[in-house]
Amino acid sequence: MSKSNTILYLDGVSVSFDGFRAINNLSLVLDKGEMRAIIGPNGAGKTTMMDIVTGKTRPDEGEVFFDGQVDLTKHDEAEIAMMGIGRKFQKPTVFESHTIEENLMLALKGPRSIFPALFHRRSAAETRQIDDILGIIRLGDKRDELAANLSHGQKQWLEIGMLLAQDPKLLLVDEPVAGMTDAETEETARLLKDIARDHSVIVVEHDMHFVRELGVKVTCLHEGSVLSEGTLDFVSADERVVEVYLGR
Amino acid sequence: MITGRFFAAGADRRIAITIFILLAVAVIVPLLNLAVSPASAFYVPSYIVALTGKYLCYALLALALDLVWGYCGILSLGHGAFFALGGYAMGMYLMRQIGSRGVYGNPILPDFMVFLNYKELPWFWYGFDHFWFAGLMVLAVPGLLAFVFGWFAFRSRVTGVYLSIITQAMTYALLLAFFRNDMGFGGNNGLTDFKDILGFNVQADATRSALFAASAVMLALAVFVTWAIVGSKYGKLLMAVRDAESRTRFLGWRAENVKLFAFTVSAVMAGIAGALYVPQVGIINPGEFEPSNSIEVVVWAAVGGRGTIVGPIIGALLVNAGKSWFTGVLPEFWLFALGGLFVAVTLLLPKGIIGMWDSWRGNAKALRAASVAEEAGSDSDVPPPAKVVRSEARKPGDWSASNPEPQPAE
Repeated sequence: MSKSNTILYLDGVSVSFDGFRAINNLSLVLDKGEMRAIIGPNGAGKTTMMDIVTGKTRPDEGEVFFDGQVDLTKHDEAEIAMMGIGRKFQKPTVFESHTIEENLMLALKGPRSIFPALFHRRSAAETRQIDDILGIIRLGDKRDELAANLSHGQKQWLEIGMLLAQDPKLLLVDEPVAGMTDAETEETARLLKDIARDHSVIVVEHDMHFVRELGVKVTCLHEGSVLSEGTLDFVSADERVVEVYLGR
Repeated sequence: MITGRFFAAGADRRIAITIFILLAVAVIVPLLNLAVSPASAFYVPSYIVALTGKYLCYALLALALDLVWGYCGILSLGHGAFFALGGYAMGMYLMRQIGSRGVYGNPILPDFMVFLNYKELPWFWYGFDHFWFAGLMVLAVPGLLAFVFGWFAFRSRVTGVYLSIITQAMTYALLLAFFRNDMGFGGNNGLTDFKDILGFNVQADATRSALFAASAVMLALAVFVTWAIVGSKYGKLLMAVRDAESRTRFLGWRAENVKLFAFTVSAVMAGIAGALYVPQVGIINPGEFEPSNSIEVVVWAAVGGRGTIVGPIIGALLVNAGKSWFTGVLPEFWLFALGGLFVAVTLLLPKGIIGMWDSWRGNAKALRAASVAEEAGSDSDVPPPAKVVRSEARKPGDWSASNPEPQPAE
């Protein structure tokens, strides 16, 4: 397998916590511009995989490469974020004591050191970017509201908006539709498909309707390694996938 | 109704008014002490000047703590150490100013060194005969200690209770170190018996008034600086780190640097407070490193309202005024009263006096709006009370957290 044209390349990755193998010889390749859905039962290692990619967890063994040449195991969270990997958490995590606008302002691409932030004055270009993102995530009328006052679904969107503000090359989106209504879920699928036009995206999700809506290649994880990979129809027809999901 | 307007105004106006009051006090109190005859009803006695000057230093210390605790969630239980270090730097200058007027009449060595058979001045006392050098050390020593301490603690991602415990250990270690006679800082007795500051007698009324004014002006300056910091993008980031540290990391911010900057600035502010405190009380000894002192600072900030700028100042002034009164009337019960106060504030006023005032104002406003709307026969545009409270408390500099508890370590 050649790394050169991939945005994310994991090969033979393993990690264990106190003897429990959360990730077991996992190999996964994402091409540039691709959107991938990852499914799998609880404890399959989906979130741990994201932790490894974003530098929160160091793998015990294996290779993790970003953009073909950057070894992600040698960098920490902040560096990896600056290289262009954005992550949305499973539990929506926004700055609740700040307004929507301030949340986006803190996420906007730009210098990340203390003194520029101390003397920062917002430019017209930044205001325009924030306006654009507010339009995309459909929160334009709430820009001065505290993030704490948003509904669960709106927080999910705000967090996706913050990822967009970061302008990453690769987005890791963990359970974007958990706790959303059906209408919101459909909106979110549309939003992610929009985003996928000029970004590479990995979506972790349990909701099969939503995955079907995305209409992309699916990887099913089980016990820390890839169980099955292909279209949703192919994967859901796979005997072993049915087995791990239904526990037969 | 001055206090009413003071509290009711928006946060930015509240800051402006606080600064104005502090500057006015810096002028008026010395005038009333020096220019008014002691027989007059307007005369401010010298002991009041010295006492309130001391409280203003405490208020500055409380504000310094609030910058890291209220705005960044770092519950430091060691801020008394930075205060004491600033105080020692100033004390060393004051000791060198005594010159040959000490009991032993040694022109170079302070009395305690003669007593302990020092032959020459230890190297770390060099330069302290210059005020500018001592002033520099007042900023540099606490700042450097905070920087080094914070560098290791924040990089290792020590948070929550663990961080609080090691800050407490830091001040305790310094307490033990400064108690030792061969440290060269006067041991148990510390530094005292000061004569002059910048050529003026420290005991004189005029000097005391000037020190009082300097404390008030410095506090006003600190209020302004803190307000500017927390209102900037960095300030927003500081609160973001407090509320969701991992989110800031995954956005590419270095949370440890964000904390380190605030911690260092805060330590420098605490050091300045200590330096202003020492000439006013006339002594600095290792007792200032006492862990309980640092905990008391936390109580002041909590009582006034952490995460606000004015709150810790009010808290420090009120609790210390209470302490002065209480220790006069019922000295043996003061610690119980202080403990009880902390428990009561934590349970009943989680946002302190300022937070209570804001929510009270918010409710009153909402009620008024509701009754007005009722009279007009329409309630369509009545904002729900809770919302009013939030938007009131939201303005920069007057931030109050929904839950700024120290987060448990991961």
